[in-house]
Amino acid sequence: MTELGHFLAFIALAASLGQAFWGLMGVRERARQSAVVAFSTTGLAFLLLILAFLRSDFSVALVANNSHTLKPWVYKLAGTWGNHEGSMLLWCLVTAGFGAIGAVKLNTGRDLFEARAVGIQGLILFGAFAYLLFASNPFLRLENPPLEGASLNPLLQDPALALHPPFLYLGYVGYSFVFALAASALLEGRADRMWASITQKWAMPAFVLLTVGIALGSYWAYYELGWGGWWFWDPVENASFMPWLVGAALLHSLIVTEKRGSFAGWSVLLAVLAFCFSILGAFLVRSGVLTSVHAFAIDPLRGSILLLGLAIFGGGALLLYALRAGNLQGGQDWYFASREGALAANNIVLTVATLTVLLGTLFPLIGEAVGSPMSVGEPYFHLTFVPILALALLVLPVVQDWNWGRLSRFKPSRNLWVSIGLAILLAMVVTIGFNASWTSVFGLSLGFWLIFGAIVELLRRAVYPSKLFRLPLRVWGMTIAHAGIGVFTLGAVIESSWRVEETITMDIGEQRSFAGWTLTLDNVQSVEGPNWYAQEARVTARRNSTQSRVLKPQRRFYPAAQMPTTETAILKRPFGDIYVALGDYRETNAGGYFVFRTYFNPFIGLVYLGVSLIALGGLLSLIGSVSSSRIVNQSTSPESI
Amino acid sequence: MRPRARRLRIVLVAAVLLIVAVWLAIFALRLNANLFYTPSSLAERGGAVIGKTIKLGGFVEIGSLQYGNDAEMTFVITDDGPEKVTVLYQGIAPDLFREGSGVVSTGAFNPEFIFVAESLLAKHDENYVPRELKSSDYLTRDDD
Repeated sequence: MTELGHFLAFIALAASLGQAFWGLMGVRERARQSAVVAFSTTGLAFLLLILAFLRSDFSVALVANNSHTLKPWVYKLAGTWGNHEGSMLLWCLVTAGFGAIGAVKLNTGRDLFEARAVGIQGLILFGAFAYLLFASNPFLRLENPPLEGASLNPLLQDPALALHPPFLYLGYVGYSFVFALAASALLEGRADRMWASITQKWAMPAFVLLTVGIALGSYWAYYELGWGGWWFWDPVENASFMPWLVGAALLHSLIVTEKRGSFAGWSVLLAVLAFCFSILGAFLVRSGVLTSVHAFAIDPLRGSILLLGLAIFGGGALLLYALRAGNLQGGQDWYFASREGALAANNIVLTVATLTVLLGTLFPLIGEAVGSPMSVGEPYFHLTFVPILALALLVLPVVQDWNWGRLSRFKPSRNLWVSIGLAILLAMVVTIGFNASWTSVFGLSLGFWLIFGAIVELLRRAVYPSKLFRLPLRVWGMTIAHAGIGVFTLGAVIESSWRVEETITMDIGEQRSFAGWTLTLDNVQSVEGPNWYAQEARVTARRNSTQSRVLKPQRRFYPAAQMPTTETAILKRPFGDIYVALGDYRETNAGGYFVFRTYFNPFIGLVYLGVSLIALGGLLSLIGSVSSSRIVNQSTSPESI
Repeated sequence: MRPRARRLRIVLVAAVLLIVAVWLAIFALRLNANLFYTPSSLAERGGAVIGKTIKLGGFVEIGSLQYGNDAEMTFVITDDGPEKVTVLYQGIAPDLFREGSGVVSTGAFNPEFIFVAESLLAKHDENYVPRELKSSDYLTRDDD
């Protein structure tokens, strides 16, 4: 069976070559057929690999290295992409999938443009498959299969992390087709409103999926690592965050290109860069150049091949851009104070913010190269990225009602003045009685201001509240996403300003107070799971003698991987999470105790609510633009023939 | 507005913001880029400044780990040289932290020349070695 998968992967490699050849030659129909063949063979190969994992076929090296018979079947399944080779096959599958959907669904009437886009996607797929088959082959057999596998890293045996990679890759690789469309537009020397409209329909799902993928990863880190935080500015987190930022800039720039025809060259450049940052992310994660909890497959050869891919695709596209960007048509005239101006500012800020993240991520590598190893942590990002973005968000509610071309008169509406006053007032009221720094008050004001500003904009567009639900979905999407940034800001500011973090020690029967709760260690016992055993503490948390909850944090040990993990216990309350991690038992002269790490994370739910709103906004906007273009197609197609 | 004038203004705005960002970044890096040392390389440089946050890597000397009250623990980090540094840490040690294991800690020296660690990173799993330590030979001793 695995040999069949191996064989199918080679067929897919050949089909991708065909897709690239016919596509770039402009033979639309042949390119479409090749893309479909490439996708179906890749899909089958992937299914066969999944099957090998589900059946624990340890004659396959990858399964033997990453699976175990005692693992629950969900993690056998997730083990397929919980390793370097399998996740590369998933990467290929998603690339092939986007290529096939594009080949079948694109219907612009411009055959050459479409064929070339599918062809470039074919080239990317060919690169990915060549890398898979020659540098990280998942289908290799072992001559002497072991009786038992080495198991998946226990940290990855978790529901959020089973879903995290597929979403992340759908997002990352979604930008491959955005890249293909941009490169095809450059080859043609034409990036017009129609190009922007099509690209928007590909950039939006990539953005939404990437958002979900990042959120899942962050949530996993929150409850699984036992460090109490939800974002660590870890290089690998940054690797996924940079394409997200460029993707956000792209979505805003595309609006201008779609509505007014302006910013065409800039939109093309961002479309190219979004995918370059995706490849850079793959390089950072897979080459082992950075220390990270996530880093896997530490292998310099693989890293250099990825870097080569980045050079070929990124360099090629940028060269093409340098040659052709001058030919791109400009759009309608605009003045600085206009919606174009506001969106240009948005893009400048997002780009500069991305550069600060890039610098902070790569700086340790530069340091290592010049012989002084170092690391860059959270404080750097709090001093650079955060203020730059916060200042830009401050003006968002004011500029989002500016009109295209030229703002006739700068006069923020009365509602906006009321909003900003109310936001500051609310922030001050909320912080009364708490030890609040001025940055926290500023952050809270910003969060409220963004939410109110979004509501004001929605009401303004509706004119009458009764017409709210007749507004286009894209307007709703934009509003919800912007309000989501506000909700996220509130959550992030509250959580980081008022998080309580303590290391406490308790022996059995002892009590400690923490964040208004009384914690009692009732007992510690041994428990067993399918492929692990653990020490489980039973901690009763009481408040006001009326509320009582039991928390059961664990220290697990996975014998197959010879690795311990920390399973935190989280008590979810409306005002935040009580979070308990169990440490080791320590013997001292004065007697023994168990160590606990406890956190109170106030309103952390708002962080995830905010991110979900951003994803929901993107989704609504996508549905809106797809359905409206369908209406346009139906009404205009008779004339256009 | 003529495109040329507009482009010039955009470039100006972008340049100003970029300069501010670079200035912020340099400022932040100076404050927050933590240099990495092992006990030997620290001695070569003539020791570290008291209170300045650095990263210190090495392996935990066998027999040096001691527990105190309030989840405090002390241990000694050494490397293949004769230099030793006493480390004080309060909290839960990483899952894979034990005597003999490789460790990277972030923290600063106090006036008594004890390294007060804010965070500890141990070998993450059997295949993972803190990258800064990988080139050093002494980690081969740690093959549990």
